[in-house]
Amino acid sequence: MATKPAEAPMLAAAQSWWLLALAAVALAPLATHLPAWLTGTTLAALTWRGWLAWRQRPLPSRWLLTLLVLAGSAGVGYQFGGLFGQNPGVALLVLFLALKQLETRTVRDGRAIVLLAYFLALAQFFYSQTIPAALATAAVVVVATATLLCLADAQPSPAGQLRRAGIMLGQALPFMLLLFVLFPRVQGPLWGLPKDAGSGLTGLSDSMAPGAISHLSQSDAIAFRVRFDAVPPARHQWYWRGPVLSEFDGRTWRPRRELPRATLPYAEPEDGGIGYEITLEAHGKPWLFALELPGATPEPAFATLDYQLLAKSPVLSRQRYAVRSYPSLRAGANESPVLLQQSLALPPGSNPRIRRLAAGWRAGARGDEDVLGLAQAFFLRQGLLYTLNPPLLGEHGADEFLFDTKQGFCEHFASAFAVAMRAAGVPARVVTGYQGGEINPVDGYLTVRQYDAHAWTEVWLAGRGWLRIDPTAISAPTRIDLDLAAAVPAGDPLPLLMRADLAWLRDLRFRWDAVTNSWNQWVLGYNPERQRQLLQRLGLPSPDWRAMTAMLAALCGLALLILTAWTLRRPGHVDPLARQWRKLSRRLARRGLGRRPEEGPLDYARRVGEAQPAIAADMHAMAALYARLRYAAPAADRANALDQLRHHVASFRP
Amino acid sequence: MDAVIAAAGGIILGKERQIRLALACLLARGHLLIEDVPGVGKTTLAHVLARLLGLDFQRIQFTSDMLPADILGVSIFDRARGAFDFHPGPIFAQVVLADEVNRATPKTQSALLEAMEERQVTAEGRTRPLPAPFFVIATQNPAHQIGTFPLPESQLDRFLMRIELGYPDRAAERELLAGADRRELLAAMPPCLTPETLLAHQEAVRQVHAAEPLIDYVQALAGHTRASADWQAGLSPRAALALLAAARAWAWLAGRDHVLPEDVQAVLPGIVGHRLRPMDAAPAADAVRRLIEAVPIP
Repeated sequence: MATKPAEAPMLAAAQSWWLLALAAVALAPLATHLPAWLTGTTLAALTWRGWLAWRQRPLPSRWLLTLLVLAGSAGVGYQFGGLFGQNPGVALLVLFLALKQLETRTVRDGRAIVLLAYFLALAQFFYSQTIPAALATAAVVVVATATLLCLADAQPSPAGQLRRAGIMLGQALPFMLLLFVLFPRVQGPLWGLPKDAGSGLTGLSDSMAPGAISHLSQSDAIAFRVRFDAVPPARHQWYWRGPVLSEFDGRTWRPRRELPRATLPYAEPEDGGIGYEITLEAHGKPWLFALELPGATPEPAFATLDYQLLAKSPVLSRQRYAVRSYPSLRAGANESPVLLQQSLALPPGSNPRIRRLAAGWRAGARGDEDVLGLAQAFFLRQGLLYTLNPPLLGEHGADEFLFDTKQGFCEHFASAFAVAMRAAGVPARVVTGYQGGEINPVDGYLTVRQYDAHAWTEVWLAGRGWLRIDPTAISAPTRIDLDLAAAVPAGDPLPLLMRADLAWLRDLRFRWDAVTNSWNQWVLGYNPERQRQLLQRLGLPSPDWRAMTAMLAALCGLALLILTAWTLRRPGHVDPLARQWRKLSRRLARRGLGRRPEEGPLDYARRVGEAQPAIAADMHAMAALYARLRYAAPAADRANALDQLRHHVASFRP
Repeated sequence: MDAVIAAAGGIILGKERQIRLALACLLARGHLLIEDVPGVGKTTLAHVLARLLGLDFQRIQFTSDMLPADILGVSIFDRARGAFDFHPGPIFAQVVLADEVNRATPKTQSALLEAMEERQVTAEGRTRPLPAPFFVIATQNPAHQIGTFPLPESQLDRFLMRIELGYPDRAAERELLAGADRRELLAAMPPCLTPETLLAHQEAVRQVHAAEPLIDYVQALAGHTRASADWQAGLSPRAALALLAAARAWAWLAGRDHVLPEDVQAVLPGIVGHRLRPMDAAPAADAVRRLIEAVPIP
């Protein structure tokens, strides 16, 4: 460092330990997001520094440190393919925080470490913005503040430093809340999320092959939460429409490319519909989910002709939108012939057994509705088993499922049914999304998780449009009426949270989920719109940023005033003895025998004793004890005597 | 000490509080000023205390023609030895009753008061210590009487306490009138203490504990007199010291080894009565009560 040694006070031992502890606390939450070698390096550097401090050895030479910094930076550059960007930036900061410890000799260096730790506390939010992450950040801030206090004055004990830091931050809390609530909000996050932010998100994919959905059934991650404006509809209507898949290559279903985009509604709804608001978790894909069938497009989205809602860009952060759905709405009564023709396409040569079967249905039926009835009857007759562990299928997947293995998950059912319908000449497509969900009794939100992922089919009948046919419901109606756990055979591996024997865990999860949801809705989801709503409720119809800034300044001033008044008014130290004496006096004051401020303890006891002879003895004993504790020279049994007085006062019934 | 109080109470009837205050003043090594009309027992109180405590006693009747040498003593040339002999004045006693001190001229008053403060007498270039214990009880007639030189405040401050005896109540006066002669009773009374034990007691009083909150209280009282509009001037630090010393003695008389706020309040009228002058014409006792009520015990 370039500071002159004469002006730089050296670090005391306690201050070095504080700085080390701070580094450990600041780095711990980041450890899982860093490459293992970096975590190891930082840990080694901190351990080394601790050892040097413990043995009171000199710190390593500048040459060695320069070498370490260069090597570490090169490692970071190699790992992330560069030194610029979010991940390499955080990694470099972590590296520097650890290596800086090895050249920290003066208090001034120590302050630099504290500043770095404050910054790293924020960096954690790049990776996670949950309540635990916020708590970890709060812990870092408390320790960093305590370290700063220790750098100014190393005398108090660690507990004392933490207490002082806690008090200071507690005093800052009102200002934090005011700034959070009133500071003019900007749309979206303050910094743009990097390109790779969507990786590692779970959710429905844009294609469906056997096994694509069943792998989601093991995940209890939340897909989205729903708050209904009024009473929720019946459970069997909880079909959350997602990607619509119309192209089939014999094994995999894909959405139609180049679908025209438009704004809903295409058809006039017949009833009032169901209003609700969805808070969608990030899933890295553009589609939004809605109950079948949405009647209008939510604000930042558009719809395709097959009633699929799409956001303008992939959903990389939690998103909230209001929708209104109409279960009775029938889509596509006059569908374009081109589209219907495309909905009959099957790759040549695939699934020959279904084709033969379907040809038989077609020959013996009078119309498409008869074919549909025959197909449903056949699916029921086949005794298909709904299971999370379906056997692997070969080239003609639908054939093998329907005639050989007879075991499958919803994607097998939906795929086979759609293939069969197309083979019989009825336009059909597969719809994926979620079915079901769970109402949280704590806050009333409906939570839909990844294990609620589902696939069903839609067939087109002349004059009626697209009809939802859920072939899973034919074979396993409990999947629709209850949930996944009720539908699959015993012994199938279920997600932990669905197991019936863990009722207490479910209850706990409901509560935690409600807390997390409130956090998401009101802290993370506190956007300009929410702010406007809140201010409106406070009687400020449409404040512009000037009015809000003025209000913010006024309220901060008020908070400062209240805090100052409170600090000045508060006695510096509340003596436990004086508290007991006041308590006694308060209790007697209810009998009209309050202590006068100028009245000494013995005088007071005498007056009380004369007024109420029944309690005279008690009163004299307590007054004598108090007088001795307060005015006599401190004795060895002071703590005991104080306890005695406390018990006496507590059990005293005037 | 209880025996002393009981015995003194048998002679000076109905004045136990004043006897206690006088004893507290003695134990706190202060001097006592009794202000009252003649004939209420001032001299008797001084006699009783000297007798019961086993101390020798001198009485000086102050008059307007008295000189300092009449109190302190005088050197007289001894023709046989050819040298000056010092003849100690009446102040060389353990208990001195300075009767009607406000009849003497300021010069004589100040000689007495200097001796009281220094506990020694300097005459003709030699300093002679006064005996220990040394206790002056001065009496003065109320200031408005004719032919008096009222003591200035700075001199009054030398007295730790000022008390008033007051007329006895009806029952006490009847007993006094019906009973035996007080002087005879006093002569028949054996001393309860020796000067050595009295000195030991004075030392014990100095050891009585005054806790932080109590010192806070004394300071609050002194501070209030300085800030309040009730008084013309506030209590001096010396007065605060006097208050604490007297409160210690009062606590010791009550058998405690620590001072309570009650002790301070008990001696407060005797301490501030002659040091402070109320703004209004109200009696000093009322002003003192207002002072006590105005200062909460911390």
